[in-house]
Amino acid sequence: MNIIVCLKQVPDTETQIKISQDKKSIEESDIKWVMNPYDEFGVEEALRLKEKFGGEVTIIGLGPKRVTESIRTALAMGADKGILINDPALEGSDALGVAKALAATIKGMGFDLIFTGQRAVDDDAGIVGITLAEFLGIPHLPVIVKIEVAEDGKSLKAHRPVEGQTLIIETGLPALITAQKGLNEPRYASLPGIMKAKKKPLEEKTLADLGLNPSEFGKGASKLKVIELTPPPQRAAGKIIDGESPEQKAAQLAKLLHEEAKVL
Amino acid sequence: MAQGVIAIAEQRDGEIRKISYEVVSEARRLADSLGQGVTAIILGAGVKEKAVTLGHYGADKVVVADDPRLQTYTPDAYVTVLEQLVKENDPAILLLGASTQGKDLAARLAARLGVGMAQDCTQFSIENGNLVSIRPIYAGKAYAKLTYQDSYPQMATARPNVMPLNKPDTGKSAQMVDAAFTLDDSVMKTKIVDIIRDESGKVDLTEADKIVSGGRGMKDAEGYKILEELADLIGASVGASRSAVDAGWRPHKDQVGQTGKVVSPNLYIACGISGAIQHLAGMSTSKVIVAINKDPDAPIFQKADYGVVDDLFKVVPALKEELKKMA
Ligand SMILES: Cc1cc2nc3c(=O)[nH]c(=O)nc-3n(C[C@H](O)[C@H](O)[C@H](O)COP(=O)(O)OP(=O)(O)OC[C@H]3O[C@@H](n4cnc5c(N)ncnc54)[C@H](O)[C@@H]3O)c2cc1C
Ligand SMILES: Nc1ncnc2c1ncn2[C@@H]1O[C@H](COP(=O)(O)O)[C@@H](O)[C@H]1O
Repeated sequence: MNIIVCLKQVPDTETQIKISQDKKSIEESDIKWVMNPYDEFGVEEALRLKEKFGGEVTIIGLGPKRVTESIRTALAMGADKGILINDPALEGSDALGVAKALAATIKGMGFDLIFTGQRAVDDDAGIVGITLAEFLGIPHLPVIVKIEVAEDGKSLKAHRPVEGQTLIIETGLPALITAQKGLNEPRYASLPGIMKAKKKPLEEKTLADLGLNPSEFGKGASKLKVIELTPPPQRAAGKIIDGESPEQKAAQLAKLLHEEAKVL
Repeated sequence: MAQGVIAIAEQRDGEIRKISYEVVSEARRLADSLGQGVTAIILGAGVKEKAVTLGHYGADKVVVADDPRLQTYTPDAYVTVLEQLVKENDPAILLLGASTQGKDLAARLAARLGVGMAQDCTQFSIENGNLVSIRPIYAGKAYAKLTYQDSYPQMATARPNVMPLNKPDTGKSAQMVDAAFTLDDSVMKTKIVDIIRDESGKVDLTEADKIVSGGRGMKDAEGYKILEELADLIGASVGASRSAVDAGWRPHKDQVGQTGKVVSPNLYIACGISGAIQHLAGMSTSKVIVAINKDPDAPIFQKADYGVVDDLFKVVPALKEELKKMA
C-alpha cells in the first residue's frame, strides 16, 4: 500500500502572533515551527497501515527550506522518503495554488491513499486536502477519527463525527482522508529513527521541475487577497464577583446573568 | 454579469437546520446593501414543504433539488448538483454555513468552480460592491480581512451562532422552484453505510446556545456530575478542556479549543479551566464568558465577562440552586 502524507509546517500553538508592519503578514522572526498537529495523525496512520500492508510512505511538504526539518521528523517517525516543493514563486499562494502544486507532484506517483490534516492550525481553513482530492479526481473522506481498511487493501470504512452523530463512510481506493484528533496517538521519533532519517531520500522540487508555470502561483494569482490582518477584537474588561461566601457569589452571578447579560 | 446572493441551506433527516436560517439572514443583509435578490438552494428528499420557511427569513426564491440520493449529504452528489445550479444562477456571492457539512461542501465546491473561498467567517460586509469576509486565523490570535480577485462567485462559509437571525415573517413567501439537474450514479464514489447516533440527546457544542465546560479542576470523571446537572437545568451542552479529555474523563467530541471544537455560544461557563491559549482559541467568540476558578491569576479571567474566584465544587451547586429559585 503506497501512502502519501501532505505535511504543512506551522507556528507552534504557543506562539504569540505579531502582525507585521504592512499588516498583510505576520512577523516570522521568533516563531518555533512545527509539523501541523493534524498532519501528525496522518503520518501515524500511514505508518500503521504500512506496518500491516507493506508498501511505502512518502511525505510531501510545500514551503521554504525550513520545512525540511518537519519532513525529517516524519522520516524519523518511520516514513520512507520526503519531497519538498520549494520555489520562491509559491510565496503567498492560496489553497488552490498549493493544491495545484501538490497535485502536479503526486500525479505521476502510484498511490493508494493520501492523508492530509483536517485543517492547518495557521490559516484554520481545511481546504487544501479537499481541493487536492478534487484536482486528482479522487473521493475525499473528511475529518476522520477511525479507519478500517479491508483485508484486500482495496476499500476502507471511515468514521466521521458530525453534529450529534457519526457517519460510517465506505469508499474504494485510491482516496484522500483528512485526519482529525482521535484517529490515533502519534508516536515519537526514536533516537535510532532520527539517525536513520538522515540517510533517507529527501528530494527538492521547483515549479519548473513539476512542469508548472510560476505566473499561475503566488500572491498575484491568488483568488483570495488579504486586505489586512488585525489583532482580535478586544473584550471589555470583565467583572470579578464579590461576596463573602461561595453562595453569595453564586447568587450575585445568577442575578447578573439574568438581569445584566440577559442570557439566563 | 454575476448577480445576487445564493445561500445554500442545510437539512438533516428532512429538518432544516438552524444554520440555514443564519445563512439566509446574512445573505439578505448583503443582498440588501447590493440592491439584489437572495436565492436559497436546498438539496434533499421530500424537503420542499419545510423549505418554505427559508422565505420567512429573507429568501426571495427557494430552489429545491429533490432526489433520494440527496437525502444524506455526500460531497460527490452534492457538488455535482450544486455545480450545475450555481452556474445556472451565476450569483455574485455564494454563502454556506460553516457546519461540518458546510465546511466540507464549500471546500470541494470551490475547488470544482475554481474560486477562492473564505472558511468559517465571523463577519461580512460589502465594500465598493464587493464582498469582504473577515475570519479568525491562528486560532483567533489574529483576524484576516479578505477580498476576492477575479473570482466569481465570491464564496464563504459563516461560523454557526455568529450571524444574527432575521425575525421570521410568515407573511413573506418565496417563489418555490423545482431544480432541474442531472446526477449520474457513477460520480458517487463514497457511500454512507451506517449512522451511529449520539445518545446524549444534547445539542452539539458547535451549535449550542449555552455551554458549561470543565477542565482539570473537575478532579475526575465523577466531578462532571455537577456540571451535567447545571447544564440540564439551563439547557446547556457540556464541554471540556483537552486536559480533561486526555485524562479520559470526557470523550474527544467534547473538547473545546484549537485541536477540538470552535464554539460560539451565547453563554460559556468555564469551570476549573485555566485558560491556556489553545483553549481560548476555541471559545473566545462566545458572547458571554463566565469563569469559575480558585486561582485569581488564571488567564481565563482575562477573557471572562464575569469571574468567580472560588472553589467550583461549592459555586456550581450554589449557582444551580439560585437559578432554580429564579425559574
Ligand atoms: C498542540 C496543542 C493543542 C492543544 N489543543 C487544546 C485544545 O484544543 N483545547 C484545550 O483545552 N487545550 C488544548 N491544549 C492544552 C492546553 O495547552 C492546556 O494544557 C489545557 O487547556 C489545560 O487544561 P485545563 O485548563 O483543564 O487544566 P489546567 O491548566 O491544569 O487548569 C486547571 C484549573 O483548574 C483550577 N482549579 C482546580 N481545582 C479547582 C477547584 N476546586 N475550583 C475551582 N478551580 C479549580 C486551577 O486553578 C486551574 O486554573 C493543546 C496543547 C497543545 C500543545
Ligand atoms: N503547504 C503545504 N504543504 C503540504 N501540505 C499542505 C500545505 N498546506 C496545506 N496542506 C495540507 O492540507 C491540510 C489542510 O490545510 P489548510 O487547508 O491550509 O487548513 C494540512 O493539514 C496539510 O495536510
